[in-house]
Amino acid sequence: MNDAFDIRSSELHIEVHKFRAGAIVLAAAFALVLQAFLPIYFPKAGILDLPLLITIYFGLSRRNPSTGLLLGMTIGILQDSLSGPTVPLGLYGIAKTVIGYLASSIGARLDTEHPAARFALTIAFYAVHQGIVALTQRVLLSQPERWFTLHLGAAALVNAFVAVFLFMLLDRLRKPS
Amino acid sequence: MVGIPSRHRSLFLLGGVVLLQVLLLAVQIKRDSQGRLIRVWTVGAVSPFERVGAHGISDIREIWDHYFALQNTSRENEELKHENDALKLQITQLQGKAAEADRLAALLKFRQTNVNVPMVSARVIGGSADSASQTIYLDRGERDGIRRNMGVITPDGVVGKIIESYRDTSQVLLLTDKDSGVGAMLVDSRIQSPVGGTGDPLLVMKYIPNDDAVNSGERVVTSGMDRIFPRDLPVGVIADIKPGNPFKQIHVRPAANLQRLEEVFVLLSLKPLETKQDSVAPNADGPAAAPTASTEKPGSSEKP
Repeated sequence: MNDAFDIRSSELHIEVHKFRAGAIVLAAAFALVLQAFLPIYFPKAGILDLPLLITIYFGLSRRNPSTGLLLGMTIGILQDSLSGPTVPLGLYGIAKTVIGYLASSIGARLDTEHPAARFALTIAFYAVHQGIVALTQRVLLSQPERWFTLHLGAAALVNAFVAVFLFMLLDRLRKPS
Repeated sequence: MVGIPSRHRSLFLLGGVVLLQVLLLAVQIKRDSQGRLIRVWTVGAVSPFERVGAHGISDIREIWDHYFALQNTSRENEELKHENDALKLQITQLQGKAAEADRLAALLKFRQTNVNVPMVSARVIGGSADSASQTIYLDRGERDGIRRNMGVITPDGVVGKIIESYRDTSQVLLLTDKDSGVGAMLVDSRIQSPVGGTGDPLLVMKYIPNDDAVNSGERVVTSGMDRIFPRDLPVGVIADIKPGNPFKQIHVRPAANLQRLEEVFVLLSLKPLETKQDSVAPNADGPAAAPTASTEKPGSSEKP
């Protein structure tokens, strides 16, 4: 397989990016560790959902729905595992599986390299992610989770803002085309 | 994946992975009242099929049993009919025994409330050989102290008197016989008059002048003047009254069921009996039997 190739050569020239060996694993592990580690010392950092940002980024970049959803599932279940006994395995797993699939599918159709597009997509994915989490909690866990709060809106904006810069950093892990 | 278009493979994969995680969640989630969610779902998914299957099997078995497997039905039907007949017979026997027990209980109660009256219980073992005389035979006789002219009663009322006493049996002349009679009086007016039989089911109260007031339905009890029966034993109830010359024609329905006697008491004394009203006649709810001057008309004693 080439490092980068056109998937819609007749219409848009959207590249499927390859990453350095172990980059995805390391990035995902780093995001999970930071997600568990940062809020201890910086409670405000709890507003970030770094595993979600990693899922979105690699989904948009790899542009393969199957690998995107499997990556989302893996990251989500690991996040569930690190979240303690109150979060059952699969709560974030389901949400991030869907986000991985959606990001890969959208990434295969749109140019997601522009920071504005990444900002907007992150907000949208964050909303979808929270919607799936709330739906799962309401239906399966019988927990009255609210669909939307100002805090969630602010969190979406913050994550989108962080995503713009995080994605730029992660771009450096790509193999040169 | 075979059979799935390549463009839909990821979609199927997504569905499978999400379903897998939903099941994973269901395994972990535990509802307070219903146990784990996976168990709730599984039971909910399987029970409709089980219900349908159970009903189906039940229906099939019912159809089979009722329409096909009938080779023993005729024989079973015959057996059930025989069993039913046997049970009916048994029920009839039990009902008879229950009725007998009731009668004996009534006799015992009557005997216990009249302990000061010497009497012996006897069973009716036969009736009159001819229709002209109203007599019955008892299973007790001279060996039991029974003599001629002793009174025979039931808890319901007077039956008749002993006309023959043998070694182990005795013959009773029923009150309905045309030669029978008993000293009696009306409960309300205390008018005394003998009551005798005519050979019919109803008795006749004789010698009541047309001027005396007698009401239909009034009770008639023994007066004690015949020296056979204690006073105030029930004799019967006035059935109908017709004016006559010179006396009223009064018919009395016997208090005791003389057509269907099975057990009776024989009063073991030829002396005049003095009994209290409440102990001798427990069924009599009339006024107290105050001693009255004898107004009994001539011929009030029983016929020979």
